[in-house]
Amino acid sequence: MMQEGLDDGPDFLSEEDRGPRAVNVDLQTDATLQVDISDALSERDKVKFTVHTKSTLPNFKQNEFSVVRQHEEFIWLHDSFVENEEYAGYIIPPAPPRPDFDASREKLQKLGEGEGSMTKEEFTKMKQELEAEYLAIFKKTVAMHEVFLCRVAAHPVLRKDLNFHVFLEYNQDLSVRGKNKKERLEDFFKNVVKSADGVLVAGVKDVDDFFEHEKTFLLEYHNRVKEASAKSDRKIRSHKNAADDINRIASTLYTLGTQDSTDLCKFFLKVSELFEKTRKIEARVAADEDLKLADLLKYYLRESQAAKDLLYRRGRALVDYENANKALDKARAKNKDVLQAETTQQVCCQKFEKISESAKQELIDFKTRRVAAFRKNLVELAELELKHAKGNLQLLQSCLGVLKGDT
Amino acid sequence: ETSKYRSLAGFSSVLFVVLSLVKVFLSQSPEAACLSAEDISPSSNGPRDDDPDDLFAEATEEVSLDSPERQPILSDGPSPAITPVTPVMISPRVDVFDRSPDQDEDEEENRDTFDIQISVSDPEKVGDGMNAYMVYKVTTKTSLSIFSRDEVCVKRRFSDFLGLYSKLASKYMHMGYIVPPAPEKSIVGMTKVKVGKEDLSSVEFVEKRRSALERYLLRTVKHPALLKDPDVLQFLESSELPRAVSTQALSGAGILRMVNKAADAVNKMTIKMNESDAWFEEKQQQFENLDVQLRKLHASVESLVCHRKELSVNTASFAKSAAMLGNSEDHTALSRALSQLAEVEEKIDQLHQDQSYADFYLISELLGDYVRLITAVKGVFDQRMKAWAKWQDAQVMLQRKREAEAKLQYANKPDKLQQATDEIREWEGKVQQGERDFEQISKNIRREVGRFEKDRVKDFRVVIIKYLESLVHTQQQLIKYWEAFLPEAKAIA
Repeated sequence: MMQEGLDDGPDFLSEEDRGPRAVNVDLQTDATLQVDISDALSERDKVKFTVHTKSTLPNFKQNEFSVVRQHEEFIWLHDSFVENEEYAGYIIPPAPPRPDFDASREKLQKLGEGEGSMTKEEFTKMKQELEAEYLAIFKKTVAMHEVFLCRVAAHPVLRKDLNFHVFLEYNQDLSVRGKNKKERLEDFFKNVVKSADGVLVAGVKDVDDFFEHEKTFLLEYHNRVKEASAKSDRKIRSHKNAADDINRIASTLYTLGTQDSTDLCKFFLKVSELFEKTRKIEARVAADEDLKLADLLKYYLRESQAAKDLLYRRGRALVDYENANKALDKARAKNKDVLQAETTQQVCCQKFEKISESAKQELIDFKTRRVAAFRKNLVELAELELKHAKGNLQLLQSCLGVLKGDT
Repeated sequence: ETSKYRSLAGFSSVLFVVLSLVKVFLSQSPEAACLSAEDISPSSNGPRDDDPDDLFAEATEEVSLDSPERQPILSDGPSPAITPVTPVMISPRVDVFDRSPDQDEDEEENRDTFDIQISVSDPEKVGDGMNAYMVYKVTTKTSLSIFSRDEVCVKRRFSDFLGLYSKLASKYMHMGYIVPPAPEKSIVGMTKVKVGKEDLSSVEFVEKRRSALERYLLRTVKHPALLKDPDVLQFLESSELPRAVSTQALSGAGILRMVNKAADAVNKMTIKMNESDAWFEEKQQQFENLDVQLRKLHASVESLVCHRKELSVNTASFAKSAAMLGNSEDHTALSRALSQLAEVEEKIDQLHQDQSYADFYLISELLGDYVRLITAVKGVFDQRMKAWAKWQDAQVMLQRKREAEAKLQYANKPDKLQQATDEIREWEGKVQQGERDFEQISKNIRREVGRFEKDRVKDFRVVIIKYLESLVHTQQQLIKYWEAFLPEAKAIA
């Protein structure tokens, strides 16, 4: 269908988004390993990302190289982290959401079908807008995949992961297929079991104040971010709808202006022109709010879930440790299989302590990252809102000046 | 084809005489009881778009002078369909200052002053249950001499307004006057009010109706002929008004629909009106186009009002969720910033709401009014066609009577001959009357349309400028709010 280079078409995103497109997270770029998505292609039902790596690490054969990856391969990488026991003590960077062009594609199709029923100008205008929307979604999905890779690259332990290096370097297809029905069903049940278990585990009171606080905090925070994310989406949709209405009003005013036999014709044309411009600004406002606020909230929804998962794993390890302790006591009492019980208990103890140690650091980092990301985005949001409001104001005032002068 | 020339000839020659008479009239104060438009044109003192000279220019020169029967007749009397009106003494040099609440003084235009203010206020519910109704206070402040007092207050209900409109429409529409239609009935809206729901939607409904009634009255009195109509005066001044019965089923639009339906039937009968005057054809087409576009615009604006209301609701909802998020955020500075964000969003929600009211009351209602007004304009054009058809029919009848008389002459039946001659005379009169009426209505329409277009230009200009000013205000407020927020966001450390 549509083949898009990243920098084609109007720069729908704000000018600040050049270079590492880490719009939602504040990340250090490190010379030893830099990853970005340099190009992307949208084909009928999949997106092909060109992952570009620059590294001075000895693990790689070259210093700079690129491969082409698809969404499923990102998911494979993410899942491999999750399933790796070694990484139980880390917040696994959340997987990027699946590229979803369905809605946009549907709209473009409907437009094509309805071509006969509207004027040529209307059709061209709507087509341009839908294409811009498609492009915006496209850019967003690229950004989200990139953020995932950057987070992994920035993590001191995960960046050394072998699968990650294979992902970055292996220039053939990873032959990762999407999960089939059976596997998806298995996943579903696994999740059910996990959440039931999670509830049990969460019920266990933690001696450590830090983690107890984090547990309570994350639970509430996650739910509130979910609320805020949903509400901000709805708000932005209403904003887009209002901008669409203004677009239609501008078109009708234009027609009125060309048809009117009185002095109003010039008037209507001028106002139509004004509304065309203000509508574009309104659309930008909605898009910027989407980028700086809605996407931020969505990202932290996923991150807070990843943090919750970490706490769950630690809680699970704690429960295992306590159970091992109880088993050891029982074994000692019965004086049976003591050695085995001791080994198990030690293993559990080590696991728990290892997770606890790294989890603490991870959660502190999470907070730092979160605060930094919110600060960056809120500041940028306010600056953009101001910029657009001032732009709008100027357009309105200059038009008013002309119209009042004419009377 | 002779019919075309006949109408042209009649038209131009009649017009010539009529207009020279008009000039005579204008130089004296009229004593006639008639309400022909020349006497009371508001712009009789100001620049006129539809100058007599313009009309003349449009009539073609081709004159096939027909039979001597076609004596130019002076059309200075009222058309027989009008009920005679008590004489009203107004010098044509009335200072008519066009002032509706939406307009400011316009010094550039050499308009006469129009010193009358009408307000509709204080809606009150009378009665209970399904028999309840709203009563509005109508206050008229004026220095015009036709009114008995400087300030009058009366109580009127909605059906009174409809009754007034139906009377005015039946009196003036067939003369070609554009009678402003009354607001629409709304069964749903009124039922809610009757049932006693004191919620926001019924309050809004009453306010919407009050505002519409006020605009209706102002438009009505702005029309120079209607201002002096005794029904209008009675409506504005007398404390007791006979209950308008027939409006139970009819609204302003309902009456227009009926009239237009009749006109449609007429159109189907007359295969094609030989339009002698390109002006009418052009104007009709223009109004047709305007109708289509205004309806489209109205629909888009209504959609905008709806979406802005939605935006306001969703912004408020988001503000709450942002406040909650701020509460649970454990980093103090970020928590404070999020609370501030919530406050900003709350203020913005109020802004959106106010803006949607402006969208509605300024633009949407104006467009709705004009969509209805244009229906009235189209109705008036149809009335002209009706008048033309009536005239043509009379001519056909006259022809038949003449043929019948000729036949009788050969058949030599003296008694029937007398009757036939009488009938011929009768129909000659009707033909002349038909022609007079047609020309009168054509002239009236030209004037009415000129006035209408002037008002339309003014109305739209004023309203759109006001609307843009409201948009300016919104942006200024937005800037204020975000400027206050920015340092808070930067303070997150």
